[in-house]
Amino acid sequence: MSRQSNRTTDKKMSSELFTLTYGALVTQLCKDYENDEEVNKQLDKMGYNIGVRLIEDFLARSTIGRCQDFRETADIIAKVAFKMYLGITPSVTNWSPAGDEFSLILENNPLADFVELPDNHNTLIYSNLLSGVLRGALEMVQMAVDVKFVQDTLRGDNVTEIRMKFIKRIEENLPAGEE
Amino acid sequence: MTVHNFYLFDRNGNCLFYNEWNRKKQAGISKEEEFKLMYGMLFSIRSFVSKMAPLDMKDGFLSFQTSKYHLHYYETPSGLKLVLNTDLSVSNARETLQHIYSNLYVELVVKNPSCSSTQTLDSELFSSRLDSFIRSLPFYSPRAA
Repeated sequence: MSRQSNRTTDKKMSSELFTLTYGALVTQLCKDYENDEEVNKQLDKMGYNIGVRLIEDFLARSTIGRCQDFRETADIIAKVAFKMYLGITPSVTNWSPAGDEFSLILENNPLADFVELPDNHNTLIYSNLLSGVLRGALEMVQMAVDVKFVQDTLRGDNVTEIRMKFIKRIEENLPAGEE
Repeated sequence: MTVHNFYLFDRNGNCLFYNEWNRKKQAGISKEEEFKLMYGMLFSIRSFVSKMAPLDMKDGFLSFQTSKYHLHYYETPSGLKLVLNTDLSVSNARETLQHIYSNLYVELVVKNPSCSSTQTLDSELFSSRLDSFIRSLPFYSPRAA
């Protein structure tokens, strides 16, 4: 079980390396693409690809079963997943009356620890990778969800707010046979 | 006491991995057809079990046995399906299947960026580690069977 012990030390590893690596990634994307929209899109896409893999690691480590409703999903994202991977516990608020929409409020965003956005990047959603991660991970557990940043401290808001909207359950289909 | 074979299906019914250890009788059809047949049966059992259950279930379908063998089933919330056939002496292989998922599949396949999760696995490392894990199981001993 040497692997297990490695993991616990991994977990305690400072998140600075991650934050700085992410910063370097965003910087490079800003160089590669002319406009912020395109950078946002690329970050979301990368996040999605991470999310579809990360969900397996999450399920294996947390031994959490299928969620009964979206409220339970919200709780697990905020209290278990964010805690496990980013070391923070966002609060869950602003439920829509139908219970299909909520917000994650991040007091501090570990991805944006040392960041100041220059004025010419006012449409850049710096932490947009997270939207992709959430979308990709939930898609793998049969939930189509719309994720977007509606507030960001980097752009002068008081808090960072991620809005999550449940779209539909992805039905599992029997693969088409020849018969 | 023995392990017969192991199937790994993705959420779409593709067989990602198959291996057998002590299988005396072959299906007599191509492996591809066999995988489809197996997946179709699992799919049907899942829906049968959920419709027939008089109470809400947590885990759903777990296993079935015949006069000769025992089929153990484990499904992750992400839709990955693991199937292990053993002889009747193995009453519960849930932990074994969970171990294969979290310590072998996730570690060696999901965390390997060059392994796609929707195609047949061609990871040498995964198959050899799985093989040695199965062979080290307390209930793996083909000779006694």
